[in-house]
Parts: sequence; structure tokens; C-alpha cells
Amino acid sequence: MSEVANSRPLLRATGVTKIFPGTVALDHVDFTLQPAEVHALLGENGAGKSTLIKCLTGAYRRDDGDILLNGEPVDPRGTLDAQSYGIGTVYQEVNLLPNLSVAENLFLGHQPTRFGMISGREMTRRARETLSQYGLDIDPARSLGDFSVAVQQVIAIARAVNLSGKVLILDEPTASLDSGEVKMLFDIIRSLRDRGIGIIFISHFLDQVFEISDRVTVLRNGRLIGTEDAANIDRVQLVNMMLGRELEHETRETGKTDLAPGAPWLEFDDFGKKGRIAPFDLKIRPGEVVGMAGLLGSGRTETAETLFGAVTHDSGTARSRGEEIELRSPRDAVAAGFGFCPEDRKIDGIIADLSVRENIILALQARIGWARPVPRRRQAEMAEDFIRRLDIRTSDAEKPVGLLSGGNQQKVLLARWLATNPKFLILDEPTRGIDVGAHAEIIHLIEELCAEGMSLLVISSELDELVAYSHRVIVVRDRHHVAELVGADITTDNMVDAIASAHNGSAT
Amino acid sequence: MNSRFLPLLATVAIFILAYAVCYAQFPAMLSTRVIGNLFTDNAFLGIIAVGMTFVIISGGIDLSVGSVIAFSGVFISVMLRDTGLHPIPVFAVLLLITTLFGAAMGATIHFLEMPAFIVTLAGMFLARGMAYVLSIDSVPITHDFYSAIQSFYWLMPGKGRLTFIGGLMLVVFIAGMLVAHRTRFGTNVYALGGGTHTAQLMGVPVARTTIAIYALSGFLAGLSGIVFSIYTSAGYSLATVGVELDAIAAVVIGGTLLTGGSGFIAGTLIGVLIMGLIQIYIIFDGTLSSWWTKIVVGMLLFAFIVLQKGLVWFTGRNRASAAGTS
Ligand SMILES: Nc1ncnc2c1ncn2[C@@H]1O[C@H](COP(=O)(O)OP(=O)(O)OP(=O)(O)O)[C@@H](O)[C@H]1O
Ligand SMILES: [Mg+2]
Repeated sequence: MSEVANSRPLLRATGVTKIFPGTVALDHVDFTLQPAEVHALLGENGAGKSTLIKCLTGAYRRDDGDILLNGEPVDPRGTLDAQSYGIGTVYQEVNLLPNLSVAENLFLGHQPTRFGMISGREMTRRARETLSQYGLDIDPARSLGDFSVAVQQVIAIARAVNLSGKVLILDEPTASLDSGEVKMLFDIIRSLRDRGIGIIFISHFLDQVFEISDRVTVLRNGRLIGTEDAANIDRVQLVNMMLGRELEHETRETGKTDLAPGAPWLEFDDFGKKGRIAPFDLKIRPGEVVGMAGLLGSGRTETAETLFGAVTHDSGTARSRGEEIELRSPRDAVAAGFGFCPEDRKIDGIIADLSVRENIILALQARIGWARPVPRRRQAEMAEDFIRRLDIRTSDAEKPVGLLSGGNQQKVLLARWLATNPKFLILDEPTRGIDVGAHAEIIHLIEELCAEGMSLLVISSELDELVAYSHRVIVVRDRHHVAELVGADITTDNMVDAIASAHNGSAT
Repeated sequence: MNSRFLPLLATVAIFILAYAVCYAQFPAMLSTRVIGNLFTDNAFLGIIAVGMTFVIISGGIDLSVGSVIAFSGVFISVMLRDTGLHPIPVFAVLLLITTLFGAAMGATIHFLEMPAFIVTLAGMFLARGMAYVLSIDSVPITHDFYSAIQSFYWLMPGKGRLTFIGGLMLVVFIAGMLVAHRTRFGTNVYALGGGTHTAQLMGVPVARTTIAIYALSGFLAGLSGIVFSIYTSAGYSLATVGVELDAIAAVVIGGTLLTGGSGFIAGTLIGVLIMGLIQIYIIFDGTLSSWWTKIVVGMLLFAFIVLQKGLVWFTGRNRASAAGTS
């Protein structure tokens, strides 16, 4: 063990146990955090990572176990309490409060006051100061809800950093950040670590874990598997610890070339929307996977939304099997056999109080009309089928989705769109927040679906993943489709070049 | 421009428009006399509307306030009649009772996880029932202290009278604005309206805040009861039936979102004044039935709810296009 491990732990939890009806989420888990270390907490979706940190901060009452902070037993009774011990947290599902201003979100509960009154000017000044450390130049007086999810995530992190005198806990903080923002976050984490703060970091991006962590702790099914120095362990060993099995790893250097040349069935000509995405041409063949690469904000999501009618296009036409079709609203798109699993699943997807089964059936039922309910037996069969195929970790299909772990909620949303059996499915970041094991399974599923003749448009920031399943990749930059790579030309290097290169004309 | 201020601007615009229409027909309405009356006649409504604004911003509702006013009037008049106490200690006891009453409702809402609608509906019946128990008849108040307060006013330029109760309402509004925008408690109220679960995870003391919000509403309902007893010189258990709905209407017309999380105390003041203005217009006109007040208020309410829906829709789209990612 490294020398930090020998000093007195900053935070030591022993025998932490948490039981939910039907699930033992944590089973006598031990965890120690040293001062000045970044400690990654890893495990599959539903392993108990979020539950562990919620027990540490008192957001959940633990059923058993002790927590020592600097050797003193502590028992935080909630986030407020945890904050007063110097523990700042970004919870996985936290979205902050969109109705409050940015400054209020940053300082809620700790606003600077003078004579008992909040000093708005001082608060704005400090907010600006804090935000500038993160390279954000925004007006702190504006409502948080006016900003993108990525900006909100940065603000949530900034808030937690401000509140963490001793311990900073980040539960999947990087899920909606681009690489520049991740780099900035990591610089901040390193400087906090150098000041002696202990940081708990949860992520499914193993590259990030290796980049930033000093030690890793792995949980599986609510049990502690082990704690290791990050320097003494490699990726394969780590995946083994997480999954309890080898991940058969099929690496692929270039995109797929196995598609039988067929006529495109979907054709978009000069399709676009002013101010969102420049007009583009797009042809989709049956069974084809079209990947879409580009930076955050480059126009990937805008393309998807325009295709699906979520934003009505103002130029161009769409044809399906040679016939012109209307695509003015999602309703038209669904009628034409389209499906769309959006990126921002927290906001427009999950209905937390409905069961897994009801959530899966929702889009299908909406498509065939509420007057003709899907028979209950059929619903149960479909739910069971998707729970198995996507490896959704739930005690049963009737559990409210809100009680599933974050990653498993995302799988349910994916299942919802797959259940409608669309002919053309658009997936925006389908594997974000999903563990390495399930990741492989989703790629597998994508391949299966294509073999059945479904066409897919997949947006992803993970270039390896695009290489693994795409027949064709479209690169988007500055709201233009700037390049198209086919088959053997699809390599990570080529995509990076296309994303980075200067504007070279020809919109695809 | 911050879209949060749009409903407030709409309220101000409607008020100015309404006043302009009144002035065009009855130039006499632009006098401090009319304005003084506007404040005096609506003082009790304005005071509960401040409490109601806090409650609604937090995502709740308080249906008990009208009954609490009636209870307060009866309590004061009966105490003054039967005990011979000076009004000031009676006021103190009353405010203590109504504050605790509100706090108890807040505690029930939070700890038993019951909808505010149900709990305060029960509170409404309870308070009205207590008023009946004290006295069924209207009890007149005759006390020198009351006459002194009633004859006290500040003469505004133009011979308008700002009475004690009108002034008190303004003080309550100013205090309400300070609390809403300049204290941590105020921000916590908005935070609750944004989402209880998120607020909890951000460290807002949800229990304490919820109880304090309903206690505040109870306190202001008691204060409003005192004001109403000064205004009418009596306590009557059948008084102020349905006034809680007027208060809710004033809050919504004032630009506060019924779903919580957004709104302004200042908007509520203008909401109250708009409702008062309609009444004065009807009095000036002389031929219209007073039911027209209800009809106009109903139409305004409807217009505001449509406006708010539109705004939510519009800002949602705006956000998608201005800040949409990837
Ligand atoms: N409030 C709850 N009620 C019932 N079960 C719950 C509740 N919260 C979590 N669980 C269950 O506890 C288990 C662990 O969930 P947890 O959220 O800790 O997983 P996780 O490791 O954070 O996964 P992910 O990577 O998907 O975020 C899951 O099986 C989940 O269904
Ligand atoms: Mg989690």
C-alpha cells in the first residue's frame, strides 16, 4: 500500500448495511478515505455505490455500521448535517433547483449576510468568482433553468466543492460533461487533493478512473469486493472485480463493412433548421447503423431533434421508400416508424412512480392508442424480456422505476423505445452512465436489432463505441455535417481528425 | 431579460391599463382619496395574501385563512366583552394561537406527508367551528382603544387618508418582500417550490421551513383578523367566508405560479389592488351588479393561468434553442 494509506484515515466506515424492501443494497461494507486522496468507487449498475454515499451523508438512514470522521464517530442526519461536518456532495440524480438563480443555487443555505439580510451584491460577486474558476462566464442572477445540463452540472460541482472542507463526494459528475470540462474538473480535484481534501469519485468511465484516482474500491451486489491502489491494477483486473467474470472483449479497429449494399429507404434532402443545424442530406439503408460524432454543442442533438420532428425543420424534404412524408412533429415521426431516446433522460424520460413494466410499455401504448390497451400478459412478457436482454437489475417488473439505480433507469428508457419496435431508431448517448458489462450488452443488442432490419442513428461521445457498431459515421462540427466516414475508414484517429480539422466545406 | 419577471410585468401592465380605463371614465378615480380607500378596504385581504404568497411559492396552499380571520374577530370581541382586558394583550394571545395553529398544520403536512389542500381544509372547518363555539351572533366591539385606532390616519397630499390598517398592510408587504428576497428562509421557500426532494438533498431544512411557512401564514391570518375587527368594529363567525379564495386569486393575478417555485410579494400587492380597483369601478358606475367583480376576477385569473402556461412553454423552447447541447 502507498504511504497515504498508513496515515490516519479521514473517513472510515465499517459494516455499513442498508436494506430496502426486496433488496440488500449494502451488506456490511467497509470503506476508508485517506486525506489527500482521490478514491474511486466502482461497480455495476445497482451495485450500491450511490446508496453507500447516501448512507455516508445521512441522506439514507443506514441500518447498521459506524462512521468515523477524523477518528470521531459521526452520525450525519442529512445533507445539511453532512455539510456542517465539511462533507460536500454531488448526488447522481441531483439537478439543483431550476427556479432559483445560479448564485442562489451555489450558496443555498450559506448565503453571505449582512445584519441578517442576504447581501445580493456580495453573493453575485462571489458567484462570479467561483464560476470563473470553472471557465464559466455567465450572469449569476439568471435562473439556473436557463442553462444547459452541462452548465448545471458544473454549477452543482462548484457548489459541492465550496461546501467541502474535508470530504468531496462526486457521484457520476462527468456524465454530461465534454472533455474540456472534464479536464477542468480534474484540475480542480487535483488542487483540492493537494490541499488535503479526500475525494470520493464514482464513474463508469474507466479511463477517467485511472487518470485521476489514487485508490479504487469495488462493490458488487452490495458487497465489498476489495480496495486496491490504482497503480497496482489494470483495466482487465478491474473489470473482473466489477463483473465477477471476464468481459469478452472484441476490439475492432475499423467500422463495419458487412452491410449488403441495398437501396436507402429513408432519404432526407437539404433537411435543416435555421439556427440549429445547417441543411444536410442523409440516406439511411435497412439494417444500417449510422454513428454521429462531434463535440458537445456541435449540432448532434439538434440533428436528431430535427429528424424526429421535436424541432420542426424549415428546409428540405423527407422521403420514406420514395414517398414524401410529413415530419413536423414527434407524432408524425412516430407514425412514420421512428423512435428517439433522448440524451437528457433525467428531464424528459422516466416517470419515477410508475413501475418498470409501465415505463417500458408507455411509448408502445401511446403509439397504438390508449383505447386499445396492450393485454396485461403481453406487457409482463415484454417487460421480462427486456429486463433479461438489457440486464436491468430490479427485484421485479412491478418495482417503481424511481427506486432503481441510475444506470438501470436508463436501461428502462432504452427498453421503452425498443418496445415500440421502430424501423428507424435514434439513440442519443445510449451508454452514458451504464456500466462496462451492460455497455457491451447494449452494443450487442444494437447489432442484433440491425440484423433484424432496423436502422439506427447513434450519437455518442465515445469514439471506440462508434467504431464498434457503425457502418457509417457522420462528423458534426459547428452545426454542420462536415465529414462522412464509411466502413474501413471509420477509425478513432480519422474521427478525431475530422472533429478537430478546420472547416473544409462539403456538408454531407 | 429574465423571464422570471415577465408575469410581474404583465400584472403591472394590467394594473396601469385598468387604472387608465377607470380614469378615462371617472377622472375622480385618480385621487389619493380613492387610493387611500383602496388600501383601507383591502388591508385584511392584502395581509393574508402576503402569507398566501409564501405558501403558494413553496408549492402549498392554505385554505384556512378566511376562517381564521372570522375566529380572530370573534375571539377578540368576546374577550373584550367578557374579560375587560386591554386589546393589546388580547391581540398577543390571539397571534400566539393562530401562529401555533398554522405551525401545527405545517407539521401535519410535513410529518404525515399529507397534501396541504386536505390539511388546511380541515383547518378551515376547525377554525370556523371554534368561532361558532365562542359566539353565534355578531359581537360588537366598543373600546376606546379601537376608536382611537380607527380615527387615526395620515393625511396624504390631495386629502386622501392613509389609515392605520392601510399603513399596516403596506408595512406587512414591505416586510414580506424583505423576508422573501433578503433572507435565507425566503430562498428556502422558493427552494421548496422548486422540488422538495432536491431541496432536501441540497441541505434545505425542509421540516423547519414547511412549519415556519404555515406558521407565518397563520400569524398573518391572525393579524388580518385584528385588522378586520378594527375595520368592522365587530366579530362575527359568519364573516369572511371564501376570503381565502380571494387571496389565492390575488396571488395568482399577481404573477405567482400556482405550481410553486416562482412569484413575487410585490406582484401580490398589485393583484390585491387590481381586485380592489374593479370593486371601486363598480361602485362608481352604480348600475352594475357587484357580481361583476367576481366575473372580471374570474376572467383575469383565467387569462393569467393561460399566460403562465404560455410562458412556461415559451421559455422551455427558448432554452432548448439557446442552450441546447451537443
Ligand atoms: N429508495 C430505494 N428503495 C428501494 N430500493 C432501492 C432504493 N434506492 C436504491 N435501491 C436499490 O439498491 C440497489 C443499489 O442501488 P444504487 O443506486 O446504490 O446503485 P449504483 O451502484 O449507484 O448504480 P448506478 O451505477 O446505476 O448508479 C439497487 O438494486 C436499487 O434498486
Ligand atoms: Mg448510482
